[in-house]
Amino acid sequence: MNTQTPKQKKSDNNRIVKQLVLMAVGMFAFGFALVPIYDIFCEVTGFRTQNERDEITQTMEIDKERLITVEFVANNNQTSDWEFRPVISKMQVYPGKIYNVNYFAKNLANTKVVGTATPDVKPVEMNKHFKKLECFCFTQQEFAGNEGREMPVQFVIDPNVPKYLERMTLSYTFFANEKLTAELNAKSN
Amino acid sequence: MTTAVATHETDHAHDDHHGPEKGIRRWIFATNHKDIGTMYLVFAFAMFIVGGLMAFYIRAELFQPGIQFKDPQFFNSMTTMHALFMIFGGVMPAFTGLANWMVPLQVGAPDMALPRLNNWSFWILPFAFTLLFSTLFMEGGAPAGGWTMYPPLMLQTGDAFPFVILAVHLMGISSIMGAINVVVTILNMRAPGMSLLKMPLFCWTWLITAYLLIAVMPVLAGAVTMLLTDQFFGTSFFNAAGGGDPVMFQHIFWFFGHPEVYILILPAFGIVSEIIPTFSRKPLFGYEAMVYATAGIAFLSFIVWAHHMFTVGMPLSGQLFFMFATMLIAVPTGVKVFNWIATMWRGSMSFETPMLFALAFVFLFTIGGFSGLMLAIVPADFQYHDSYFVVAHFHYVLVPGAVFGIMAGVYYWLPKWSGVMYNTTLAKTHFWLSAIFVNVTFFPQHFLGLAGMPRRIPDYATQFTNFNMISSIGAFVFGLSQILLIVIVVQCVRKKGPAVDAKVWDNPQGLEWTVPSPAPFHTFEVPPKIL
Repeated sequence: MNTQTPKQKKSDNNRIVKQLVLMAVGMFAFGFALVPIYDIFCEVTGFRTQNERDEITQTMEIDKERLITVEFVANNNQTSDWEFRPVISKMQVYPGKIYNVNYFAKNLANTKVVGTATPDVKPVEMNKHFKKLECFCFTQQEFAGNEGREMPVQFVIDPNVPKYLERMTLSYTFFANEKLTAELNAKSN
Repeated sequence: MTTAVATHETDHAHDDHHGPEKGIRRWIFATNHKDIGTMYLVFAFAMFIVGGLMAFYIRAELFQPGIQFKDPQFFNSMTTMHALFMIFGGVMPAFTGLANWMVPLQVGAPDMALPRLNNWSFWILPFAFTLLFSTLFMEGGAPAGGWTMYPPLMLQTGDAFPFVILAVHLMGISSIMGAINVVVTILNMRAPGMSLLKMPLFCWTWLITAYLLIAVMPVLAGAVTMLLTDQFFGTSFFNAAGGGDPVMFQHIFWFFGHPEVYILILPAFGIVSEIIPTFSRKPLFGYEAMVYATAGIAFLSFIVWAHHMFTVGMPLSGQLFFMFATMLIAVPTGVKVFNWIATMWRGSMSFETPMLFALAFVFLFTIGGFSGLMLAIVPADFQYHDSYFVVAHFHYVLVPGAVFGIMAGVYYWLPKWSGVMYNTTLAKTHFWLSAIFVNVTFFPQHFLGLAGMPRRIPDYATQFTNFNMISSIGAFVFGLSQILLIVIVVQCVRKKGPAVDAKVWDNPQGLEWTVPSPAPFHTFEVPPKIL
């Protein structure tokens, strides 16, 4: 307050300015820190499906008492020359039993394409219980011009899944990796 | 509250060595808080006009179904630019201008703590907005992805993209510096005896706003920097093909965006809390409750951001948390509204122009608050999301909310700045035209939204025509009636009007009313004593 000498006031001003500038710089860094925080949050809470193999820690008993409906969905993301669909659109599964399903993908262009599919499971509560043992989404997929092929997914639903979860959707979105695609086509030409 | 005020010398024996410089140098090299405050207010008004012309275009396009003028892309760039100009160019600089003028006068300081920083933070703005305006003439047009700049849509902007990002950076730097100045002035420049809980509420709300600005503007800067590197430097923060997540942008943006909406309203709360006691001739009811309510709103603003994104996909637990946290904000806001009403209760009220604007603020802001509560309800939000109901909601809190708050402040302090009373007939005409036509403009938009008209679309189904016509006519009259404000202010600047004394109003509280009217170039060189 104004009882200080001008010199004191000036040094006080500088001290507060330093703190505030530090706060602004800290918040700028925090904005970037939100990126890993977001990923960690999604992983810990299981809000987002991870794009890697799920570990199974305990042996699973097949629960023949109940059936869960699994629906399969495929999306293209602005990739026009591309056919992408599940071979079957839905099935009923026993918790604890391992299943294999296929997705079909075809490159309709004459040039090579490299890309990945990102998985998504809804409702999110199912994330913790839906285990992908094998999936084409774990790696980059390379397609020659006009090549089409089936791609496997192997999964199991944890028998401890809560009773109210009776239905789920597994969806994949295919993204062409523009950089790798361009490199590949440059190499082959 | 400042309860008493004592001796203040109005004449200085040593007046020889200072006074404003002559001509343009006075403004370019300005370090005086009153000059910089004036420049901020003039700049904000100019941006208000530019943003208003864009709104004119939008409402003319929507006057009837079909495409009237240019293409839909241009329409979308108009909605985007309208928002950027009004938020960052109109409302925020106007509040900073009022803070520059009034905070030193209200805490009894001779000037802002950092006058040269003050000059810099103002002079960044004209460059930032020239840059932003110039994007209208670039290849690919101005940004058209909405002021929220969501990727991947925003990344489809043409040549304008890096210019928009740079302009946003400049605005951010300017408001952070302005906020630092306000905090230092309030914390370190108060007159002896002016404890924090004796400060006028305008200073309190601005102190809290300044902290919000320092906390969230850098986060926005970070988010747009990530957009920039995604576009030009091969990063994949928001690019799913590279392992990023576009939804993450929305989380980071709204971590800035929700505190931002309180940045746009808290200073208006402060202004209204000054005006209502003056014209009710009673001290503000529940002063300390008002301070704590403001702080409570500021705290809550950090934990509710995802209510802007209920429809993008979120677990039920997340939706419930953000819904209830959002509704919790109604509690401190309700405290404020009830305290304003209690201040008026059995007061000896009179209805001068600032009081009219303040009353309209309380009533109409509350309507905007209620529609906000409706939007907070998750299942209802799925219907309202991205509809004209949202447009109606945020225009109610921003136009008869923030903008009326600013106008109330201008009409309250303008005689103090200019030394003459403005033409009150003209001012009241301005009030009634604004108050009536702001409702004609925005109230029908609630109905349009509920009936299913989406935002940011230049064309609509024919059954929406009538309400859109009403809304457009309201917007035209509201816009044109702002010419009255220019006339009123210009008359005051030319000293056309009866001279006023130091108090101006009937016994207003606060140190600003102890200095002569017009406020001299230098005030409180000798600190006032607070009794």
